[in-house]
Amino acid sequence: MPEKDPLFLPYQIKEKEIHYDASLYLSYWRSGWKKLRANRLAMAALFCLIGLMLMAIVGPMLTPYTYYDTHLQLKNMKPCKMFWLGSDELGRDLFTRMWWGARISLSVGMVAAVLDIIVGVLYGAISGFIGGRVDELLMRFADILHSLPYLLLVILLMVILGPGIFTMIVCITITGWINMARLIRGQILQLKTTDFALAIKALGASRWRILLKHLIPNTLGSIVTMLTLTIPTAIFAEAFLSFLGLGVQAPIASLGTMAHDGLSALRYYPWRLFFPAGCICITMLCFNILGDALRDALDPRIHL
Amino acid sequence: MLFRIIIKKLAILLISLFFVVSLTFFLFKLVPGDPFAQEQAVPEEILHSMHHHYGLDRPWYVQYALYLKGIITWDLGPSFKYEGRTVNAIIKEGASISLVLGAEALLIALIAGIFLGTLSAVKRGSFIDRLCMIGAVVGISVPNFILATFLQYIFSMKWGLFPVARWGSFAQSVLPAVALAMLPTAFIARLLRASMVEVLLQDYIVTAKVKGLSFMRIWACHVFKNSILTVMTYLAPLCSSILTGSFVVERIFGIPGLGSWFVTSILNRDYTVIMGLTLFYSGILMASVFLVDVLYTILDPRIKLSKVAYA
Repeated sequence: MPEKDPLFLPYQIKEKEIHYDASLYLSYWRSGWKKLRANRLAMAALFCLIGLMLMAIVGPMLTPYTYYDTHLQLKNMKPCKMFWLGSDELGRDLFTRMWWGARISLSVGMVAAVLDIIVGVLYGAISGFIGGRVDELLMRFADILHSLPYLLLVILLMVILGPGIFTMIVCITITGWINMARLIRGQILQLKTTDFALAIKALGASRWRILLKHLIPNTLGSIVTMLTLTIPTAIFAEAFLSFLGLGVQAPIASLGTMAHDGLSALRYYPWRLFFPAGCICITMLCFNILGDALRDALDPRIHL
Repeated sequence: MLFRIIIKKLAILLISLFFVVSLTFFLFKLVPGDPFAQEQAVPEEILHSMHHHYGLDRPWYVQYALYLKGIITWDLGPSFKYEGRTVNAIIKEGASISLVLGAEALLIALIAGIFLGTLSAVKRGSFIDRLCMIGAVVGISVPNFILATFLQYIFSMKWGLFPVARWGSFAQSVLPAVALAMLPTAFIARLLRASMVEVLLQDYIVTAKVKGLSFMRIWACHVFKNSILTVMTYLAPLCSSILTGSFVVERIFGIPGLGSWFVTSILNRDYTVIMGLTLFYSGILMASVFLVDVLYTILDPRIKLSKVAYA
């Protein structure tokens, strides 16, 4: 009997080979979170943001003053025991006002960004999903809107609609959704041709179900990233408009209006500018750092 | 093919411009209130003759037609608030200042951005790289009006190195130009780093190294040209940010440029000036987008129309 050729022996499955390493197969969000947690800078930014938001909520309650209380004998005070960050030209407590301002700025930024995302995602998804002539038409329209200078358009609208929180959010949203729409459209176009989309179609899912249940959730990574990066843009737009005098009206303050008021007193009372300005910078910085880290963590191209 | 692309872009440019023109016109028609209304009631007859003088008593389509005709013949009408001044004159006066300031800022941004981007791409992963990139995030996050006030406070008021404000000498233009250049610099550095890191990993760079070319030669002949294209697509939005930044920066430094005029006319509700300046700005920006697009198509033959970022 010839010796058995070792190449044709029956294969013996060893216990070790089917070992399943769960850590290699984390879900998309779990692995994203893991990568994010490894990024110390991003985590610092995240905690800083949480702290800022908490302060925006409880900050005004920590002092005995309200944002509109005036103390005319105690104008332009330096930071001291009574006024932790000093007082302004009407003797209003800057600490209280700053956190009130942070409230306004953060909410304007976040609401505007969320609205941007909703409009942008729907527009982009529908455009990419339907495709063809409709896509062409919708994207040409977006191109035209996109070629208009963003802040210029916002300023124009603010001049006409009049200053105020609500109009500001509307103005920022009207012009801000286009980037999101283009990004999502591109992704939907890609996803549309994938095998899993075909499989869902073959299973008989309706068009809307495919779009809403399967395609859009797959773009969620970009949506989250984009949201984090849109918020600072919106906060900047708010501060910019307030700085131009088109922002919220007194006695309410946003960080932008406080910076604007502080500018006129820069020479003698620089802290009136520095605290709100620093607050804007830190907020925007944290959102930008977090957004960058999210992009790295959630980018499907880097994902295993 | 190139010709077709240019025609298509040109068509979009013209449609967009028409869109802006119409939008500004109808938005300002919708504004409630009268442009000549003041705190004290103005007599009926005076309002009437004012309206007649500025052609506001005619039906809207006639006004629209006249407005379009005015734009084609580059006559943007008189200022409502400054008697005897035309929008044309204001633009002419302000543009010469703002253009110099903007060009200076763009130059700073390009030089500094390319330098920093290259530095961190070449030294990828090093301490310098991290420092540059953190600096870039900070640069993107600090609003230009805050930077401008800080520069003014520290360099002019505290240390007295530069004049505090006004326009005229080179020293007076340094701080505003730096304030304007900050964001584009950071943006260019980040973009350039990203694309340059990709280029540096390509095989032809290895080939060039193996051939024994010097670093400067590889960089100038192979790396730079291929990585600067991404930055170029973003030149137009960068111009736009310099431009809108100039509104506040010019105001902070007391520079009588277009930006200051724009803000003043916003605060004055001087509608014709706002409309005229909006058009002027949009026109410049769209033209720059168009030029960048065409240049991009010429420089990179691989590009297909669909891929050109119409930013």
